[in-house]
Amino acid sequence: MDKALGDKIPEFNRKKAGGGGDGVGLSGTSLGLGDHRTKLETLTIILVAVVIIGGAELLLKWFGVPQYVLPTPSLIIMALFTEWGFIWPHLLVTLYELLVGFAIGASIGFVLAAVITQFPFVEKIVTPYILLLVTTPMLALVPLLILKLGFGSEPRIIAVALASGPMVMINSATGFRRVDLAKIALARSFGASTFQIFTKIRIPMAMPMIIVGLMVGSIFGLLTTVGAEMVGGAEGLGNRLTYYSALIRMPQFFAIILILAIIGISIYVLFYWIGKKWASWET
Amino acid sequence: MDATPMRNVAGASDKKAPKMVIAGATKYYQTRTGSVHALDNVSLDVRDGEFLCILGPSGCGKSTLLWSMGGLHGLTDGEIRLGAEKIIKPHPEIAMIFQDANLLPWRNLAANIALPFELKRKPVDQQRIDMLLKRVNLWGFESKFPRELSGGMQQRASIVRSLSVNPSLLLMDEPFGALDAFTRDEMNLLIQEIWMETGKTIVFITHSISEAIFLADRVVVMSARPGRIASVFDIDIPRPRPVDIQTRPDFIERVLHIKASIDHGRSPSEGLAIT
Ligand SMILES: Nc1ncnc2c1ncn2[C@@H]1O[C@H](COP(=O)(O)OP(=O)(O)OP(=O)(O)O)[C@@H](O)[C@H]1O
Ligand SMILES: [Mg+2]
Repeated sequence: MDKALGDKIPEFNRKKAGGGGDGVGLSGTSLGLGDHRTKLETLTIILVAVVIIGGAELLLKWFGVPQYVLPTPSLIIMALFTEWGFIWPHLLVTLYELLVGFAIGASIGFVLAAVITQFPFVEKIVTPYILLLVTTPMLALVPLLILKLGFGSEPRIIAVALASGPMVMINSATGFRRVDLAKIALARSFGASTFQIFTKIRIPMAMPMIIVGLMVGSIFGLLTTVGAEMVGGAEGLGNRLTYYSALIRMPQFFAIILILAIIGISIYVLFYWIGKKWASWET
Repeated sequence: MDATPMRNVAGASDKKAPKMVIAGATKYYQTRTGSVHALDNVSLDVRDGEFLCILGPSGCGKSTLLWSMGGLHGLTDGEIRLGAEKIIKPHPEIAMIFQDANLLPWRNLAANIALPFELKRKPVDQQRIDMLLKRVNLWGFESKFPRELSGGMQQRASIVRSLSVNPSLLLMDEPFGALDAFTRDEMNLLIQEIWMETGKTIVFITHSISEAIFLADRVVVMSARPGRIASVFDIDIPRPRPVDIQTRPDFIERVLHIKASIDHGRSPSEGLAIT
């Protein structure tokens, strides 16, 4: 007998008489990345962007705001192009640390969530520590890690893993905890093994929350990567932020901010599409 | 459907060895607040090829009994055998159909129906599936997701899913309880036809006395906590039974008869609807 199923007979949610409304669409909480956008909407979005960027340009020039306070958008874009040759190696370093740290943290977080939710007692013991990891800024550990491991990538990768792992873990655990006993019983009635129940029922069932965990975890990873680079070492976009601000080279400084914003949004869009593909059944 | 010949009248298969034997089935649930006595010494033979309905008030242990028959959970005492085999885990000859269709929302219809084959690591019997889909009028809906189908269509899909692996015993736990009256009539006709065409043995749980009489060769009435078998009624109405049979005086007579027997042995607060 499947331990998780035990003796329990699931409650089936009975449909209320006359209750219709099955056809809820997928676009419930669309954040503007929907695929059925009209030409008019696209035009409006572009127009608003032009107005904001152009407006900033004009206002900054109009009021003569000095460059070292806030450079104009055009200066920032120019700096991005002229400095690109110096910036891209740092971009690669940041992406490398983020990717490796996130991959390590996310895998450990996912496996932990999958295992721990099977054993409620273990879960009770482990959860407080995971919460501790979630709520403690991992950046605080970086100086300590540098002391131990030097100024290479390792301390930052560890910090990223520590920051993103628990996020993936708590969200995935929430997903794995949503057991639908009826679906597990169904699989068991067709002779499913515990492993098959895990791969064919539990994982798909938890998928929406797993994807949320991966998204939040990777964004936290990005913040931690940049923060850790600002704390110590001589590489990465975070290091460039400290460098350019120390030299009061504000257009270059904001060019880095722009790159970071683009990375962040790309992460969001990536997981948005993954969610659309693998978890759209939920909405 | 299968090559088995059509049967003509009910109860023709009495003298064969029973399909399933339930002997002294007793079950206690252990809970935090103590133990719940759900089944008390239930003994019952399910005849080969019969349509058996189990009727009883809410919480009397119908699902508990059916889950034990399906090998989904164990008994505290007594045993259940399929032929000579003791049922201690799910058996390939037995398929269950749940209330609420129980389709996987992340799979389309085709993938939902393929699930049993995947789990059994067998090649999908597409020919049989297509035949079944056509039979229940779902042909052409394979790429639809459960949320895009009506309740009746979902339940038909779940019937196809169960029949696709050709079990000989179907256990159905209030399969049409969540459907509206019209769809329910349709489904009752369909399941009667399928039963007549395939020669499967069906055990069917319901709250509705008239649904039980409409479908069954025998109606087993259970009494509330702890679940016991209160009485068994033979239903010898010839088949196929049309839906409007339920308005005929002799049918209503049977309903009242069973209802009276239930009212006789229960406390007044709990009831069974005549639906
Ligand atoms: N996992 C469980 N743990 C404890 N008690 C349970 C459990 N499952 C069922 N019971 C209890 O056992 C009794 C029989 O439950 P069961 O679900 O078999 O009844 P049922 O006849 O199927 O009811 P319904 O018609 O409402 O589906 C009930 O009193 C119920 O509360
Ligand atoms: Mg029940």
